[in-house]
Amino acid sequence: MTDDVIIKLAGITREYTMGTEQVRALRGIDLEIRRNEYVAIMGPSGSGKSTMMNLLGCLDTPTGGRYWLNGHEASQMKDDDLARVRNKEIGFVFQTFNLLPRASALANVELPLVYAGASGRDRRRRAEQALQRVGLGDRMHHKPNELSGGQRQRVAIARALVNNPSILLADEPTGNLDSTTSEEIMRVFGALHSQGQTVVIVTHEPDIAAHAHRVVMLRDGRVDSDRINPPRATGVAA
Amino acid sequence: MPLLEAVRLALSSIRAQKLKSFFSLVGVLIGVTFLIAVVSIVQGMNVYMTDKFAGALIGVNTFQLRQTPNFTMGNTTEAQWREWQRRPRITIEDAAYVESHMKTPVIFARSGYDRRGVAWQGKLAKDITLNTVDAEFFQIKHWNIAEGRAFTPQEVNANAEVAVLGWELAQRLFNGRDPLGQTISIGGLPHRVIGVVEKQGNLFGISMDKFVVTPITSPARRLTNRPHVIDDLQIQATNPALMRAAIEEVGELMRVRRGLKPSQPDNFQIQTAEGALSAWDKISRILFLALPGLVGISLVVGGIVIMNIMLMSVVERTREIGIRKALGAKRSDIMAQFVVESATLSLTGAAMGIVAGILLAFVIRAVTPLPAAVAPWSIGLGVGLGILVGMVAGVYPARQASRMDPIIALGHE
Repeated sequence: MTDDVIIKLAGITREYTMGTEQVRALRGIDLEIRRNEYVAIMGPSGSGKSTMMNLLGCLDTPTGGRYWLNGHEASQMKDDDLARVRNKEIGFVFQTFNLLPRASALANVELPLVYAGASGRDRRRRAEQALQRVGLGDRMHHKPNELSGGQRQRVAIARALVNNPSILLADEPTGNLDSTTSEEIMRVFGALHSQGQTVVIVTHEPDIAAHAHRVVMLRDGRVDSDRINPPRATGVAA
Repeated sequence: MPLLEAVRLALSSIRAQKLKSFFSLVGVLIGVTFLIAVVSIVQGMNVYMTDKFAGALIGVNTFQLRQTPNFTMGNTTEAQWREWQRRPRITIEDAAYVESHMKTPVIFARSGYDRRGVAWQGKLAKDITLNTVDAEFFQIKHWNIAEGRAFTPQEVNANAEVAVLGWELAQRLFNGRDPLGQTISIGGLPHRVIGVVEKQGNLFGISMDKFVVTPITSPARRLTNRPHVIDDLQIQATNPALMRAAIEEVGELMRVRRGLKPSQPDNFQIQTAEGALSAWDKISRILFLALPGLVGISLVVGGIVIMNIMLMSVVERTREIGIRKALGAKRSDIMAQFVVESATLSLTGAAMGIVAGILLAFVIRAVTPLPAAVAPWSIGLGVGLGILVGMVAGVYPARQASRMDPIIALGHE
């Protein structure tokens, strides 16, 4: 494993018991993602996409196999260590934004720093920087319901970035947005990637996956294909 | 997560749901209101009883040598009552014996009393306390003279037919006119008014100014007791440290004078202010025993209500918990958030209860003769109980919250 490998999955399996039935969501995944890669994980529903996302995000642990994230072996971790890894190494962006409705944009972005134990002044400064990075420097004190869908997702992205995570992990980030706004959000991801951020997007939309440089296709809990996307003619806006 | 952060978070979610929060803390509010109000009243009564009641009725640093107690507490048995009645009365000779043998420095005043009508120029004031006493009585009572003067030991020796009036009696008979030099009739016996005592005020709504004082040698003396008999010998120690020694010495002298064997009980009574207060002590002890029960029930109910509200809140905020966990909140962070929120909620109730309790105490003081003094320790206790109830009530809901699976919580609508 070289220093450049940020994610390494080896023989990952994940099984659930639903009632009396044993569901094998992941059946042996081997995957490496390097620093500053831009990867889309695709697959039809039931392919194990969501399970994969939860495992990568350290919200869940595998039944078998090993998972290293930025040198830490996450597959054996207990609850509190997983929480620490989620806080320091992962920046989540969700389909439904998942912002706290009563908190301002700034307070939402500060949240990961609260759990990282940063001081109030430091938190505020870093949260302001993150919001400026996604172009929301003038909306910091708005509540989520005072923002458009695209703006909400930008707040979520700022929140994901604020702890300088190893990977930005997005789950259907444009699923609740119209196509114009989707493009706008994808441009943000592209810009972040070009600034050196490792980005992993879980999606079922080929249009979205087309923005990534590499597409991993899952089928029935296995990697079906893993290919490099041809460079896009439109390129990425910095 | 730092405590301050958790408290700020808690306050914001309480503010977000004001009405629901208020209802959820009513139980704690009532419990603490009870606590503050009852303690205030009992404390107020304590101050009142020790300062005023004991001071006014017995006198500071003073005790009385009597035949029987003048304040009986609780139920007196028939046998006890008969034993009291069989005791010899206190006589002038008893008093003289004690006075002449006493070594501890004290002041003596022999006294007798009764209730009589007092008249002046056809006006009659009924049911006036008549005290026939030595001149030292004024000193023992700490009475100041508003008009004229008190009588002197010389006047007592000279069987002077003089009287000093209580403030209210003077008002009733003379109604603003100068009473000094006027001759009043006490139970038909003429006495010349030489002074009026300063106003003493009320005790439990009863006027302390309806009295007349004459020398123990005056004609009115016939109205209080048989010749040679007195109701009590009042003894005041010259300083508080000598009280105990004085009480013991008087007891010893009386036992010697009456020739009591060591096996025989005292056949006289030494009445102290503490003795008079023992009935009140009993009442306040019962109140203080009942208080934890009353407060406890309200707080337990309040705690259960808060626990329920918190459980509901945990379910309603499942998604928020999921978000927080995804962003790196540990179990302990979520636990702390909900325990602090519950404690803050409860403490808010306790704070409102403290304010309500103090207001209630003031209202009671304003509309009843009962005094009320807010005890600082009861406020401290109210705050402590508020936090404790909230924390205890919050533990279970907070555990539920902290154990949520973030994946399921995030998927919750």
